[in-house]
Parts: sequence; C-alpha cells; structure tokens
Amino acid sequence: MSKTNKKFLYVNRKAPHGSIYALEAIEVVLIGAAFEQQVSLAFLDDGVYQIARGQNTKQIGTKNFANIFKALGDYDVRTMYVEKESLAERGLDVSDLMEITHDTDDAEDLPSIQLVDRAEMARIMADQDVILSY
Amino acid sequence: MSTLHTVNKSPFDRPSLASCVAHCLPGDSILLIEDGVLGARNGSASAKMLVDAMANCKVYVLGPDATARGMAPDAMVTGIETIDYNGFVELAVNHKRTQSWL
Repeated sequence: MSKTNKKFLYVNRKAPHGSIYALEAIEVVLIGAAFEQQVSLAFLDDGVYQIARGQNTKQIGTKNFANIFKALGDYDVRTMYVEKESLAERGLDVSDLMEITHDTDDAEDLPSIQLVDRAEMARIMADQDVILSY
Repeated sequence: MSTLHTVNKSPFDRPSLASCVAHCLPGDSILLIEDGVLGARNGSASAKMLVDAMANCKVYVLGPDATARGMAPDAMVTGIETIDYNGFVELAVNHKRTQSWL
C-alpha cells in the first residue's frame, strides 16, 4: 500500500490502430490502477478516436482494445476528460463516443466521460502530480 | 506550480507544438527537443506560435539537438534560450511536473 496518494493523468493524443501509443497507454493505465492512485484519462487531438463508437479490428488482425475503456470503472478509473474542440475539429460529437460508465458505493452506471473545453483541459493538466503522455 | 512542456516532434509533421501552446498556462515553460527544435527557426510557419507563447511562457531549445540539425542560435526566433543537458535537468527540477507532447 502506498503512503502517498497522487493525481495521475494519462494524456492520449494519438489515433488508436495505426501506432502502438494507444494500446501502450491502456496497458499502463491497467498496471497503474493496481496502485490505488487517483487516476484519470484525457483524450485530445486524435486521441478522441480511441473512444469512438463501433470500432472493430477483426479484419486488420489486431487487438480491439477499445472495449477495455468500458471496463476501467471496475478499476476505479472513473474520469475521462474529452476535449470539445478536438471532437468538433474532427466532425465528432459526444454521440459518436462509446458509452463509458462506472459504479460508486451509492450509484450505478454513472457516466465517466466529461466534456471539457481547451481552457478547462489546461487547468486539469495543471492540477496533476504526474502526467503520462501517449 | 508550473509545468515544463517538452515537444519532440516537428511542427510541420504533426500538431504537437500547436497543442502544447494551446494548453500552456502563464508561468509554464516550453522546451523544444529532438525534432521539436525545428519549430524554433525564425521565419518559419511555427515562429508566430512561439512568439505568441513567449508573452506568457519561457521557451527553450536543447542546444545539442539544434546543433545536430544545423540550427545556429542566431537562426532562431528572438527570445528563445538555448540550454544544454544540465539546463534540461534544472528545468525539470524547477517545475512541479513535466508534460511530453509527442
């Protein structure tokens, strides 16, 4: 058990299936989740494509890790910040994203995705102890 | 407490520098390393981004990476400070966190 509880933010800025960044990030998130820190994820720039609805990698023969995001609530990863401007620049809105939820002691199926604008995202980043970028 | 932002990709290849500048807060520092130093050249399309950023933030270039790419200090946007590896370490310890823009 760690003595200090730090705020970790994983920053995801890459599209999911053309490079290894996104898969590496989710694997590190899963490892980090075991250490009982305050973990949240940020999706901006092409990173927003990682949580797009309807991903299916069957025909390209790679692991479809998108569904792992839906399971992160079970690891107490309850907050995923998504940048509004990054969605809009790509012709996306929140309805194009997967539904990702988590449970708390008091309630079930709470939404994990929080839309924030660019200025809010900057403030969120400035509030972290550790930032891990992918 | 402030953030040290590092950028290691060319601004002409991807929007890492643009995104960095857009998320930089007053008092933060930006350090261009590896191919990121290519954005420091005066007269380049990225120069204005750095000039605007310098209104609120300090901008640094890692000298060995600039030298390796043939960029002399007088070819860079005015106001950018060139540092060596020890300077990189100092920046890292003088900011609360480091964020890499890849």
